[in-house]
Amino acid sequence: MFLFLTRRLLIAVPTILLISIFVFALQKLLPGDPLLVLAGEERDPQVLELLREKYRLNDPLAVQYFTWVTNALQGDLGISLRTNQPVSELILQKLPVTLQLAAMSMVFALTIGVPAGILSAYKKGSLTDYIANVVALSGLSIPNFWLGIMLILLVSVKWQLLPASGYVPLSEDFGQSLRTMLMPSFVLGTALAATMMRHTRSAMLSVLSADYVRTARAKGLRERRVVLKHAFRNALTPIVTLTALLFGELVAGAVLTEQIFTIPGFGKLVVDAVFNRDYAVVQGIVLVTAVGFIFMNLLADAMYYILNPRLRGQ
Amino acid sequence: MTDASPTPVAAVKDRLGRAENRVWKKFRTHRSALFGGVLVSFFVLIALLAPVLPIPDPAATDWGAVRKAPSAAHWMGTDEIGRDVMTRLIWGAQASLLAGVVSVGIALCMGVPLGILAGYFGGWTDAIISRCTEALLAAPFLILAIALAAFLGPSLTNAMIAIGISATPIFIRLTRGQVLNVRSEDYVDSARAIGLPTARILRRYILPNVLPPILVQATLTIATAIIAEASLSFLGLGQQAPEPSWGSMLNTAKNFLNQAPWMALWPGISIFLVVLGFNLLGDGLRDALDPREH
Repeated sequence: MFLFLTRRLLIAVPTILLISIFVFALQKLLPGDPLLVLAGEERDPQVLELLREKYRLNDPLAVQYFTWVTNALQGDLGISLRTNQPVSELILQKLPVTLQLAAMSMVFALTIGVPAGILSAYKKGSLTDYIANVVALSGLSIPNFWLGIMLILLVSVKWQLLPASGYVPLSEDFGQSLRTMLMPSFVLGTALAATMMRHTRSAMLSVLSADYVRTARAKGLRERRVVLKHAFRNALTPIVTLTALLFGELVAGAVLTEQIFTIPGFGKLVVDAVFNRDYAVVQGIVLVTAVGFIFMNLLADAMYYILNPRLRGQ
Repeated sequence: MTDASPTPVAAVKDRLGRAENRVWKKFRTHRSALFGGVLVSFFVLIALLAPVLPIPDPAATDWGAVRKAPSAAHWMGTDEIGRDVMTRLIWGAQASLLAGVVSVGIALCMGVPLGILAGYFGGWTDAIISRCTEALLAAPFLILAIALAAFLGPSLTNAMIAIGISATPIFIRLTRGQVLNVRSEDYVDSARAIGLPTARILRRYILPNVLPPILVQATLTIATAIIAEASLSFLGLGQQAPEPSWGSMLNTAKNFLNQAPWMALWPGISIFLVVLGFNLLGDGLRDALDPREH
């Protein structure tokens, strides 16, 4: 296990290095002199030169990159132009909000997607299967920001059941926090549920026709036990790994969901940073998200290793 | 004495022809794919015919008809400055479809050649291209597109470039995998053995054989790209006012949910239907091209 993970970790190193080069190169895409963005209205050549010195923009590109990456490795992702706060501090402040949204969305995705996938596979070719597939495909085709708007219109404006926006930390008021996050996490969770349903269905279909399932039935076991214990347990491996891999979709989905429901999380931070031309924050978020995704990939590999006894034997 | 059996070339052509027929026949009987095709054709048609349809100017304001509910005069109602929602929806179809097709075009133009190079040559070429692909894949699609659009500046063109670049790694990885399957086939070995130049082998023998799954992925990616464009326009990073786009229409509509819900209803339904159309079409193509389904 240790060797397996070390090998995976070593493979991740060049990827992270390339990501850092890519993120660093992003600021070079800026049209014109990036200093003019930093300086704002100030165009005094002396001030510009001071800023150039401060941000070491006179250094060769390779030196600039090395300085940036060394700082990033020490947790220093730069300073936000808008708030003057360290980017890493801003990210750490917003992360728990997005993590709560992600966790609650995942609960929706799992509780809708997995049972629907099992049912659809078990009743392959039936009306239930057809309906489940249509619903899943519709879930994949609905833009989640539109679903959010429609839910606000119905649930908050018309029926006044749940708050339309805002965020209450879990530590402040547990019940109210769940209430404010219910609609956003449903919106984000349904899109993932569709992906989850399709993968669960496909995994279940391949195991339901396996010999050991036929043997279990031949032994006279109850159908529920055959499906849930024998088939589902073996179909679980790809589902668990998929759960970890859906991290990217969760973060991307959170950008729009947080924008619609005015949730002060990671996603809203990136959008605000984009509009305030706070490029250090944008770079920091891309870097942290990408590294987070690689970490989730490693986690998926580890879970695959733990859940698959054949891999452990190798 | 005459030999009635066909020549080897004719036999291969005949077999390929039959395979094509089988794919087409399978696709034609795929009802949901046909439905997807109808949906996509409908939106393509209205987008193309927008300049000649008897509809008002999409930017024409009417201060006497601000936020009017759907009626005989305005079938889908009007927006916050009295513009006809249906007209803007029809013109908005151009932006969405253009974004979908152009960004996938960009992704194909960059991804397929790089994937072929990685898969065919292997070694260092493969290692470098694959590591870069993994690095790009590590950043979530929309986050990458937002970051690129932010750095390039907000406009429909830049949004298309950003979405195209973000989608490129998907095609590099897919093409590379397909080329790895094909490059050791007998017909590629034979082409190499008779001394054909590499460029010709890649163009004549590799590319046509890796295209079907790429075509399926391209269709499905158009759907993703349309949602991504709508998302970027919704955030203000895509099509800029007063040009219509479904995403920017939704962005405005969210401020008038109580007073004019129809402003949010129609653009969302349009995005849903066109994306559903491409998804159904892609699924149908995949089923028709999958040899296990025959």
